[in-house]
Amino acid sequence: MSEEKGRLLKIKILRYDPKVKGSIPEVKTYRVKEAPGMTLFIVLNEIREKQEPSLQYDFVCRAGICGSCGMIINGRPSLACRTSTKSLPVEIRLAPLPVFELIGDLSVNTGKWMRRMSERLETWVHDKEKEIDFSKIEEKMDPDKAEEIYELDRCIECGCCVAGCGTIRMKEDFVGAVGLNKIARFEVDPRDNRTHDDFYELIGDENGVFGCMSLMGCEDVCPKDLPLQHKIAYIRRKLVALKNK
Amino acid sequence: MKVIYTDALVIGAGLAGLRVATGIKDRGHDVIVLSLIPPKRSHSAAAQGGMQASLANSAKGQGDNEDVHFADTVKGSDWGCDQDVARMFVNTAPKAIRELANWGVPWNRVRKGKREAVINAEKVTITENEKAHGLITSRDFGGTKKWRTCYVSDGTGHSMLYVMSDRSIKQEIEIHERIEATALIHDGERCSGCIARNLITGELIAYIAKATTIATGGYGRIYKVSTNAIISEGIGTAIALETGIAALGNMEAVQFHPTAIVPAGILTTEGCRGDGGVLLDVDGYRFMPDYEPDKKELASRDVVSRRMTEHIRKGKGVKSRYGDHLWLDITILGRKHVEKNLREVFEICKYFLGIDAAKDWIPVRPTQHYSMGGIKTCYTGESPTLKGLWSAGEAACWDMHGFNRLGGNSVAETVVAGMLVAEYISEDLEKNNNVSISTALIEKFYNAEKEKIDQLLNGNGTESAFELRDAMETIMMDKVGIFRNGDDLIDAVNELEELYKRSKNIKVSYNSSASNPELVTAYRVQKMLKLALCVALGAEQRIESRGAHAREDYPERNDRDWLKRTLATWDSDDATLPKLDYEPLDIMKMEMPPGSRGYGKDNIWHHPDTAKREKEIEGIKANMPNADRFEIQKALLDYPLPNKYKGKNERLIEPLS
Repeated sequence: MSEEKGRLLKIKILRYDPKVKGSIPEVKTYRVKEAPGMTLFIVLNEIREKQEPSLQYDFVCRAGICGSCGMIINGRPSLACRTSTKSLPVEIRLAPLPVFELIGDLSVNTGKWMRRMSERLETWVHDKEKEIDFSKIEEKMDPDKAEEIYELDRCIECGCCVAGCGTIRMKEDFVGAVGLNKIARFEVDPRDNRTHDDFYELIGDENGVFGCMSLMGCEDVCPKDLPLQHKIAYIRRKLVALKNK
Repeated sequence: MKVIYTDALVIGAGLAGLRVATGIKDRGHDVIVLSLIPPKRSHSAAAQGGMQASLANSAKGQGDNEDVHFADTVKGSDWGCDQDVARMFVNTAPKAIRELANWGVPWNRVRKGKREAVINAEKVTITENEKAHGLITSRDFGGTKKWRTCYVSDGTGHSMLYVMSDRSIKQEIEIHERIEATALIHDGERCSGCIARNLITGELIAYIAKATTIATGGYGRIYKVSTNAIISEGIGTAIALETGIAALGNMEAVQFHPTAIVPAGILTTEGCRGDGGVLLDVDGYRFMPDYEPDKKELASRDVVSRRMTEHIRKGKGVKSRYGDHLWLDITILGRKHVEKNLREVFEICKYFLGIDAAKDWIPVRPTQHYSMGGIKTCYTGESPTLKGLWSAGEAACWDMHGFNRLGGNSVAETVVAGMLVAEYISEDLEKNNNVSISTALIEKFYNAEKEKIDQLLNGNGTESAFELRDAMETIMMDKVGIFRNGDDLIDAVNELEELYKRSKNIKVSYNSSASNPELVTAYRVQKMLKLALCVALGAEQRIESRGAHAREDYPERNDRDWLKRTLATWDSDDATLPKLDYEPLDIMKMEMPPGSRGYGKDNIWHHPDTAKREKEIEGIKANMPNADRFEIQKALLDYPLPNKYKGKNERLIEPLS
């Protein structure tokens, strides 16, 4: 196996700290000896601890579930923590996700973008806010329905779909596949009282479901394999039907 | 100096912090939440397998109720928990889960009729009640009498956290992301907020509040290998310790989870075994039934982790370049089950091990997982010694887990504690409307933090923060692990103390006061070393074995001398060791006096009060021949709860009139 020989990896990182006066974006190269089972999480920590203490990046769970470490890896938005070096050539190019505000180096402010998206699409169950007595037995839900909701609830807001989206480069207010998937998630949820008319108000325009150019970049790069294209098409069909009524 | 005022400040935006914040906001108070990261990235999201609540909907949950959940929790804690708190918890957990269902968590539901399941490595057919169809279902977990763990596939924490976080957005709660609290502001009696550092700009900010809640999770990252997120460094716990007034409880109580993958240390849920997975050794032999014939793989976590370690020590581990490990086999569950109900496990195995968990065995080893210890609070969630300081979730020693937490009881604790502590904080805010704080006090703390950072950046230090952290993690791993002994622990304390002294002399090589990961490591490692010393010294002093604290030189549980909670404080800046005090647990007030957990051979030195209290309880019960379970319970332990949550919980067999 190639890992046994221990390749000398060439890690090329696009570095830039907008807070530092006079800083200009530049690609810096670091050499790291490959080890068995090595992931980019291990590589970046090693570079920071041994070569470049100022290097900025974000990891939290390092297990592929929290969505912190989205970055461009050899041209493709992916989660760095679960990308093994074994799956990559000797030269590994890393850049921050585009679209999001750059904090520095590989760290971007996905949190701010996602919060704005949530506020705009009201990504919560809308009910009548009736006083509910939680001592009582819960409302029933069809077991298949619960699984269907979870299927779409698995989004980790990593931002890869946004980074892989062509539409958003032209329309900066586009809600992205992440936003449209949220609408799909609440559309199937029987606890949410919003009607298709309500969803139309939120995403029935060029910055919503009608802006998508169906390039399918989002689905290609989604680390959770969410059925994004299918769901975008589904919502579009529903809302078109509404428009033509 | 930037100063921000609010009614309530919450540090940490995981499940516990967000549930506290939303509860306080619901009562009409202002609240600001500080978080190192976007809230949805919090470690709560990593809770895979589920949340315990005694709903008794599923066939295997029949007969479950608060009493059974209480008994499991107390036994699981090895009688180290606070029984008032355990009672508060078990009564509120069903309400918490129903509240979350209403807010949008897609809990898996009971499907009526026959279904196949795997129990004790055999396929069995379970028939679900038609009346329960569509209600929240549950799976089996370790150390529980009933199938009580409610779940959303194996992404339970993720779904819960997303619903909680979106609810906080709905309520327009201000969440200040990438802000780290580095010191609490207090006058020796009352906590009035914190000094925090903006991790992007480096700016220091004073947050002033009438109530400050720490909900920053556990301190697992003082160990080299941990299932915890890398931000679970215990900094919230450490800043409470650094007040010199607030105490940390039972810091030596550290849980090791039986099944983290090797070498990455990433968790595979207890649901793997709950759903029927088994542990195998180098020969492919299922060894757990030999050690624990009754509960087998589903004994309590501390027990399974120790048995695995014993088995490895007998030479039955699988050799690998990363040390010995054992196998977790979930192939018997079938591909459909693995890919649907254990989907995260499947993905983790695919990406981090390159294996197909539906057909390959998973290399696993016990790994640091949970911090039972934390900021000592009373049942309300407030520090008994520093008013205005509150804590909830893993950061707190509330204390419902004692010396071992049951799987499924931690996410449950986050939301339940959040609900209850929010009520108690709100009551306090409504009572104590006028809290005065002097600007001189704020400035004192602000300047102290500023000086510390200047010192790290511009001082004459020579030590590397990364090296000190690495050394600390290794000591904890090698000498304060699953099995402990006096000699190693004394070494650990001495070595950690030396590291702590050296940590006062750290030099940060990258000289920027703004975003600077090396600087962050530097000030955190100083704090983490204090926590590591609390754990190591607490473990060295506690000469008994209780729950997850297993002393090879003192294998007995010693109720006579050690049925007490360790309280650690850090007296002054000059101290290099914590001060330990002990708070006895009063058997005469227990609903369930200490007994056997039913694992291995009984190895207990009893306390004289145990027999006395048992007799007393018999008498109380004999005097109430016609009483129902609620009346008897109340006679044995009359525990507090906010009025809002006092109601009985409805079940199919216990309808509310």
